Amino acid sequence: MSMELTLSRPTTRRKVKVLVAKIGLDGHDRGAKVIARALRDAGFEVVYTGLRQTVDQVVAAAIQEDVDIIGVNQHEGSHVYIARKLLEKLREYGADDIPVVMGGSIPVVDLDVLKNIGVREVFLPGTPINEIVDKLLRIAEERRSRREV
Amino acid sequence: MAKLYSREALEEILRAYREWEENILPQWLSRMPERQEEFTTLSGIPVKRLYTPADLKDYDYMEKLGVPGAYPFTRGIHATMYRARLWTMRMFSGYGGPEETNERLKMLIKAGETGLSLAFDNPTLVGVDPDDPLAEGAVGVVGVSVPTLVDMEIVFRDINLGEVTTNMTINPPAPVLLSFYVAVAEKQGVSYDRIGGTTQNDPLKEFIGQKTHVFPPEAAVKVAMDVIEWSVKNLPKWNPISISGYHIREAGATAVQELAFTLADGIEYVRQLIARGLDVDEFAPRLSFFFDSHINFFEEIAKFRAARRMWARIMKEWFGAKKPRSWWLRFHVQTAGCSLYPQQPWLNIVRTALEALAAVLGGCQSLHTNAFDEPFRVPSEFAAKIALRTQQIIAYETGVADVIDPLAGSYFVEWLTDEMEERAWRYIERIESLGGMLEAVKKGYPQREVEEAAYRFQREVEEGRRFIVGVNIFREEDVEEVRRVPLLEFNQEEVERRQKERVRKVRSMRDEARWRRALDELRGAAERGDNIMPYVLNAVKAYATIGEIMGVLKDVYGTYVEPPYY
Repeated sequence: MSMELTLSRPTTRRKVKVLVAKIGLDGHDRGAKVIARALRDAGFEVVYTGLRQTVDQVVAAAIQEDVDIIGVNQHEGSHVYIARKLLEKLREYGADDIPVVMGGSIPVVDLDVLKNIGVREVFLPGTPINEIVDKLLRIAEERRSRREV
Repeated sequence: MAKLYSREALEEILRAYREWEENILPQWLSRMPERQEEFTTLSGIPVKRLYTPADLKDYDYMEKLGVPGAYPFTRGIHATMYRARLWTMRMFSGYGGPEETNERLKMLIKAGETGLSLAFDNPTLVGVDPDDPLAEGAVGVVGVSVPTLVDMEIVFRDINLGEVTTNMTINPPAPVLLSFYVAVAEKQGVSYDRIGGTTQNDPLKEFIGQKTHVFPPEAAVKVAMDVIEWSVKNLPKWNPISISGYHIREAGATAVQELAFTLADGIEYVRQLIARGLDVDEFAPRLSFFFDSHINFFEEIAKFRAARRMWARIMKEWFGAKKPRSWWLRFHVQTAGCSLYPQQPWLNIVRTALEALAAVLGGCQSLHTNAFDEPFRVPSEFAAKIALRTQQIIAYETGVADVIDPLAGSYFVEWLTDEMEERAWRYIERIESLGGMLEAVKKGYPQREVEEAAYRFQREVEEGRRFIVGVNIFREEDVEEVRRVPLLEFNQEEVERRQKERVRKVRSMRDEARWRRALDELRGAAERGDNIMPYVLNAVKAYATIGEIMGVLKDVYGTYVEPPYY
């Protein structure tokens, strides 16, 4: 009984597609799996990478799957390092129009750091899923309208 | 037979209860309706408004409870429990390089912790060296980086391994870290019979929670059993395995699932060791356990008590163990990391205190209390000290440690203990029907169960059916205050550089021929299916690195790649 969420404009009726990624050696996948399923229930198309992906693998998957958003789940403290590397790689492949969002155990002091690197949104544990859904829809819509221009 | 209540007494109690339910309660309910339609534990067990002896109708005291220090150990494994000796206050710690961690360990010892527990960084947990591309950016972040014997020596500088016991949360590379530890002890002149501590070394739960797996399930179990077999024969005081529900719970399992899956893992290991030709009473006293203590207070206490009783039955009745020590379920507890939130983070101090209290009322042997800043980072010294002091307040101020199993006989607690047990047995039966836990894990059964439970919990929180203060009730938006929480600061890049440099230096300075021979012999042993422990110890002493040793083992055993979905 999942509600089908599509973008409001008729030209962008394709489901919002999100790549949920686990990068590096972090094994904490509870959040990634819960969010993958919750987004699917909310009408998104979700690709989950599984554990221990490299930045290269994630960028390749994002391009190949033509996703609207990359969501990185990080619980082991390397979020700044990984975000930098990921955004660099996306630029290298000319795919830096794909917005990156992050979630996980991230110190509040790093929120600005991540945003300055170019991470669009950071969701801390306890963020209501509805809020995540709304923000992702907005981000995807912005990108799609930019692409049409 | 030691029935608690006579038939006459029960009838009278039941009459009074019905009278209350029919004549008194309705008026109250009409004036003051209950807060919720249904109240359930975190495992989803519905709880009634009141428990009476009628809920323990045929309760046989001796069969279910007995006395502490005697079968079935529901009331505790020791006759004296905390009146004689408090639980071990064992703080899980480690960050940066071995130097930083050595300092932290010494600080905690000075602050009164009574056992050590090492947290390793992710590269160490999966057995790669600091200069491996996979380790980039992760060296020393969530724990200490220990790639060689040289590093381990620094971790324990000025700490006498004959005088402390150390837990090491390490799984696939457990043979390597245990060898590091033994080699350091030898260098300090500590004999094998004085080396005490624990290697987590629990491979099955890696596939369900934790997820620092390296080898495929069969090989992973084989390696873990090697560690147990070798330790039982060589290190009489070592706990070679800590059969862990903690990570299963943190991955989203309910308390019932945690209880059942942990015991089912234990059952699998006992079978594996018996199949190797070991006598059950030879190894069973060395098995230890590790549980989570979550926020639903009574359910956790019931879980610990049920676990003790169930394991005693399993060891005595299923496996025919004869020594009472073989029937003991000795366990460590960590308060629930997943119950902590970044919103109003100081509230985590309170959560941790309540969870620690449940662990003590449940009769744990050792305890780690989480620091309130852990939703953000590895704890600061300040936060770690509050966590340790929380245990000390429970131990020395509250008086809860002065009476053995003080909640026994509570109608509710005993009913819930029975209920947890009953529900856990049903899971264990299901796992047995799948061929035991190794087979069940290969089929993805516990993994799916835990994923389901994690999702269910999240839905309950989203829908306001579970409350979390500061998260879905009593929220505050003030991030500035949170920003001021002083977090642990250290120069990770500098640590990574130092660790890379050191591992390269170790490689360049060792006796090349001895090192090569040690690794070749290890490969031979692994290929033959021999117990690899003596060969790993030998390689470690020849200064082989963790990455090199694990590399040889991965060549022989293969590497597990988890499917994204079950």
